[in-house]
Amino acid sequence: MDSDPTVHIDPAARPRPLSPNIQIYRPQLTSVLSIANRITGVILSLGAVGLVIWLGAASAGPRAFGAVRGIVGSWGGQIVLAGCTFAYFLHLCGGLRHLAWDTVHGFELRTIYISGWAVVAASIGLTLAAWLASLFVAG
Amino acid sequence: MAVIRSVRRSPLAIAMGLGSAKTGAAQWWAERVTAIALVPLTVWFVAAIIAHSGSDYLSVISWLRSPLTASLMVLLLIHVFYHSALGLQVVIEDYVHSGARFAAVIAVRLGCFGLAVLGIVDVLRVAFGGGPG
Repeated sequence: MDSDPTVHIDPAARPRPLSPNIQIYRPQLTSVLSIANRITGVILSLGAVGLVIWLGAASAGPRAFGAVRGIVGSWGGQIVLAGCTFAYFLHLCGGLRHLAWDTVHGFELRTIYISGWAVVAASIGLTLAAWLASLFVAG
Repeated sequence: MAVIRSVRRSPLAIAMGLGSAKTGAAQWWAERVTAIALVPLTVWFVAAIIAHSGSDYLSVISWLRSPLTASLMVLLLIHVFYHSALGLQVVIEDYVHSGARFAAVIAVRLGCFGLAVLGIVDVLRVAFGGGPG
């Protein structure tokens, strides 16, 4: 309508609809966990940068280590660390689910929902268990 | 299904299981191998960090200096950053459609490998260096 059919338009130059069309796509456990696995992967990559900073501080000496320890121990640091802990367990459990799928197991719709909710429950449970254990050790 | 596939791909291509790029399977496979390695390595690391909650500098250093800890830390860094490089590359390839994609993929690869080397050198400095502990 808005283009003259006699004019050649390069198909690759036209804006194409992206799939899935997230503006009208109803979120479901399957799609939410799928994108969560990617988001947590990106978060954990940033967390790995933090790991290198922590190791660098440890190798630099007690002053640098103390400075990083102070940042990690602050309220903001503890919130970020808690977020990274949950991201880790979600990515771990989601990753194990993916490895099971790679062996061509668990593709029944019912099984996919059971394993999906198991990933959610296990991630929350493991995060809470890790922090309770950490608080217990720290005293 | 098999009939449709045989129309689009030659019997040899189906038997070899390779797409037109020929190299995609290696990346997919490396992502899985590093994932399998990261299951025990990260569980060990998280458990060790929990066990050192509230520990001071000297106790963390003496833990890092042990040959087993240093070895596992180096392995962890290798697999973490290789897995990150592969995963972030897929994310970039899926969502970045501009000319920045090429630069972003290279930056991620160089950044991940650089960070891995930095981390490994730090671990080795602690393990073999003099200093306290």
